[in-house]
Amino acid sequence: MLHVFEVYVKTDKQNLPGWSGEVKTGIGACVTRKEDARLLSGHAKFVGDLKFPRLLEAAYVRSPLAHGHLKSVTIPEEYKNKVFTAWDLAEVLPIRPESTLPGYKASEQYPLAKDKVRFVGECIAICVAPTRAEAEDIAEQVVVDIDPLPPLVNASDAKSHDAPRLHEDWDDNLFLTTAFDGDLAFAEKNATVVIEREYKTARQCMNPLEGKGTLSYWDEKAGQLVVYTSTQVPHLIRTGIAQHLQMDQGQVRVIAPDVGGGFGYKCVLQPEELSVSWVARKLKRPVRWVEDRREHLVAGANTRQHHYTLKAYADDRGKLLGIDAEITVDVGAYSVWPFTACLEAAQAGGNLPGPYALEGYRCKTYSVATNKPGFTPYRGVARPGVCFAMELTIDAIARAVDREPADVRRENLVPGSAMPYTNVTGKFYDSGDYQRSVSEATQAIGLEAFRERQKEARVHGRFLGLGFGTFTEQSAHGTKVFASWGLPLVPGYEQAMVKLTPSGSVEIRSGNHSFGQGLETAIGQVASEWLTVDISKISVLMGDTGMTPYSTGAYASRGMVMAGGAVSKAAEELATRIKIHASHLLQCKAEDVILKDGEAWSGVASVDFADIARAWYLRPDQLDEEVDTAGLEVTQGYKPDIDTGVFTYATHAAVVEVDPDTGQVSFEDYYVFEDCGRRVNPLILEGQTYGGAAQGIGTALFEEVLYDPSGQPLTSTLADYVLPGAAELPHFRLEHTETLSPYTRHGIKGVGEGAAIAPSGAVLNAINDALEPLGVEINELPATPHKILSAIMVANSPE
Amino acid sequence: MKPVDFQFTQPATLAEATQMLRDTNEEIKIMSGGQSLGPMLNLRLARPEKIVSVSGLSELREVNQGEDFIEFGAALRHAEFEDGALLEPISGMMRHVASGIAYRAVRNRGTIGGSLCHADPAADWITALTALGASVRIVSAQGDTRDIDMTRFMHGAYRTEVNSDEILKSVILPRYSSSAVWGYYKTCRKVGEFADAIAAWVADREKRYSRVVFGSTAGAPIVSVLLGRQIAVTGEVPSNEVIKAELARLAPDLDPVKQHLLIVSLQRCTKQALNHD
Repeated sequence: MLHVFEVYVKTDKQNLPGWSGEVKTGIGACVTRKEDARLLSGHAKFVGDLKFPRLLEAAYVRSPLAHGHLKSVTIPEEYKNKVFTAWDLAEVLPIRPESTLPGYKASEQYPLAKDKVRFVGECIAICVAPTRAEAEDIAEQVVVDIDPLPPLVNASDAKSHDAPRLHEDWDDNLFLTTAFDGDLAFAEKNATVVIEREYKTARQCMNPLEGKGTLSYWDEKAGQLVVYTSTQVPHLIRTGIAQHLQMDQGQVRVIAPDVGGGFGYKCVLQPEELSVSWVARKLKRPVRWVEDRREHLVAGANTRQHHYTLKAYADDRGKLLGIDAEITVDVGAYSVWPFTACLEAAQAGGNLPGPYALEGYRCKTYSVATNKPGFTPYRGVARPGVCFAMELTIDAIARAVDREPADVRRENLVPGSAMPYTNVTGKFYDSGDYQRSVSEATQAIGLEAFRERQKEARVHGRFLGLGFGTFTEQSAHGTKVFASWGLPLVPGYEQAMVKLTPSGSVEIRSGNHSFGQGLETAIGQVASEWLTVDISKISVLMGDTGMTPYSTGAYASRGMVMAGGAVSKAAEELATRIKIHASHLLQCKAEDVILKDGEAWSGVASVDFADIARAWYLRPDQLDEEVDTAGLEVTQGYKPDIDTGVFTYATHAAVVEVDPDTGQVSFEDYYVFEDCGRRVNPLILEGQTYGGAAQGIGTALFEEVLYDPSGQPLTSTLADYVLPGAAELPHFRLEHTETLSPYTRHGIKGVGEGAAIAPSGAVLNAINDALEPLGVEINELPATPHKILSAIMVANSPE
Repeated sequence: MKPVDFQFTQPATLAEATQMLRDTNEEIKIMSGGQSLGPMLNLRLARPEKIVSVSGLSELREVNQGEDFIEFGAALRHAEFEDGALLEPISGMMRHVASGIAYRAVRNRGTIGGSLCHADPAADWITALTALGASVRIVSAQGDTRDIDMTRFMHGAYRTEVNSDEILKSVILPRYSSSAVWGYYKTCRKVGEFADAIAAWVADREKRYSRVVFGSTAGAPIVSVLLGRQIAVTGEVPSNEVIKAELARLAPDLDPVKQHLLIVSLQRCTKQALNHD
């Protein structure tokens, strides 16, 4: 009946010696999410729900122009102590993320603009009043005088040498240029097919249900600035606020309450967190700001925009021999802290080859400064762009050699037999069978039958198409990888605390955070697994820097691997200690104790956890003299055996019908075959996949921030920025396999971001497959009906 | 995104409401379902000093009928039409149009009169009611009423015949015979969004009525007498070329994609209507 693994074995759980059954709420169990009880019944507490006496609400005066010199800010006399500008915040340091990457140029972003404004929506002044409406009334009375400068609205213009400078002390508008200079000689010599394409992805907003929100107050007793903020990374924000407000970190406590979605939007230090905190400290009153949707759609238009020129070399079977690419990222005005403006391009250049076994690779990346909000990593970081470019290229090659795209794709993927595999850019693919994911998808869709139907449908003027998108996603990459990106902050060991409470229940404290992705439940399951305690007796506290051990937070699909791993390690150690304590009460040797259903057993004798806890906390007189004094509270640090990350992969397959008269795309089928290692909670994982795929379909078909030539955003409401709704999404079919990572606890891999990566590749390939007879190929996101219809009309026009 | 300070009033009767519009220098906005005005207030695009809510006025929620007409109160909600709770001047069309407006949450509050007065060119009722040959009844601050035909109601995008001291009281629709046919087709980017193109065709042989209307153009809906007559005579879906020529004549400034979508919408709605037969 041995349940606890004496030695951690890196293999499938079922193969462990002595493993005898499931803990009902342990790893692999379909536990419904604990947090949903409050999240779905209106009992959650978001920043907007907090109540404080004498609370002031903040509104911002934001820049109405994309680019200009800020000459003056005039505040009516009556509002003098209610409006604050950069001149008031003189002691606050600008956000100036450094990077060690050669050639990187740092930008300075003042939390309230000083001297210059660089995008529409940049904060200029903060106004406070008892209600938000009154604060907005005040904001309207503040007059800003801006000398307009020519705006840099697109990256290609901003890149040119004679473009005006966004940052005066730079000699161009490039945050960074990188080059991967592989050898293309073989490809150039042997290619029989050369494909040249230009691809574009749109600028997007991430649109979490809850936008940003932050509330700060000065706690006299603790001598601390307490900051409630809607963030994925509370410990990082504590560091960021302390650094920029020039305070000791002991004087800052950051609490992330319930957070209504993050997607990366909330993994960076927000300028508003600094200005709200400064005002709260200055006035000694609680101050809150909650981002509204218009602020989000204007000042949060900060992600996804790439431009590719790409040349692919292949042989006459479609075997990919080389890629020569240039990637331009429209980074916006400022570097974000701590991930900088260059994470996107670094990831794009490194990940373009994706899951393919490619030998020849050359890639230049440009991170271009423009008059838009500063680029922020969004679910999938760069990979939705590179996957889109790569997947469309694979299909273009398949068409050029007149073969089935699924076959060309599969043959080009890294084969399972080659694992672990180091790819052309040095990525270490830890495990998996990428080719199988395509085979499974091909089978699930019914490729041959589909081709028949497609042919038949064309006779009747109907245009069906099938497209695939395959990706591999680096998740939970660690110390060395982040260090190689030159970032100012690098994640190391993730810590977690697991404790037996005096009543024998279990408490977990993690500095990571759960903002909708289900981590609260999933890390509870890990503890449940080790301690054999039902999850209903496990409470989880996250996000409060005053109560939790340090974690750099939730990003890079690291939560489950890292926080799960740390909880696993701490729970394992706690199990050992529980057994030692139990051995005193059971009068046996610790090694003879086993844990089962929340009780410690030796032979036929047992003692439950409540008795063990009571003895330690309340009746130590019952314990032997030589009791283990380390206690029943354990904090452990964890990172995987490798820093290079563990790679989740999947193939998405979409079947669409395109209405050639309206350009409308409808889904007939959508299938996902995914492998993210050990599934800690299959239900949560399905939810993650559906959600990610829905966002990916938003990228593929709907979402796009548009600007006029002066840099004014044209999509500042949800009537103009179109998100997919339930009616626009397919019925997703989902299957999994589990290739455990050899390098992480329980073989877990990250899963949070993956599903957002492949849809634009799969969907656009399907559209292009459908429209092939019309001679139409769409290489630009989103594929709106207008874009598709225009392309069809151009193809049909006689000239 | 909070509105400017305003006074919110809920008159108990239509007379009380018109009284409020009389002899005042205040900037007043009339609110019905609030589904467009609400967001405009929050965006501070609308900055009234006072809002007069008419959604609770019983006079604006009545349905009256005569031998050849039905009069619907302006504050009747889209959902009430959708659910078939009201009399139908023509079988199924009002229900169909109502069910396609935005989302159910919007339909639960939004009203037919509110939608007309807001006069978004891409909204449904503006086009559908023009096709149905409806008129609207407007009450002045002095309590006088006047009826305006839908073809003269909308002056342009967000501009109508209703003056700032007037209230739209009701919509009057002619009754159609049981042999009447209709088609209504719109293209939108997603369910619930405003349309990119709308076409409607309503015909009743007994009344010698046939009207084609294009909606979601830059301004008021476009009525085509010629196409209405042609479809009635031939009983066939008009060709691309014919519709294109007519649109080029009626609305020469349309961009090619919009024009194409209007052509397709008319063809599809006519096909729909002819199959109803």
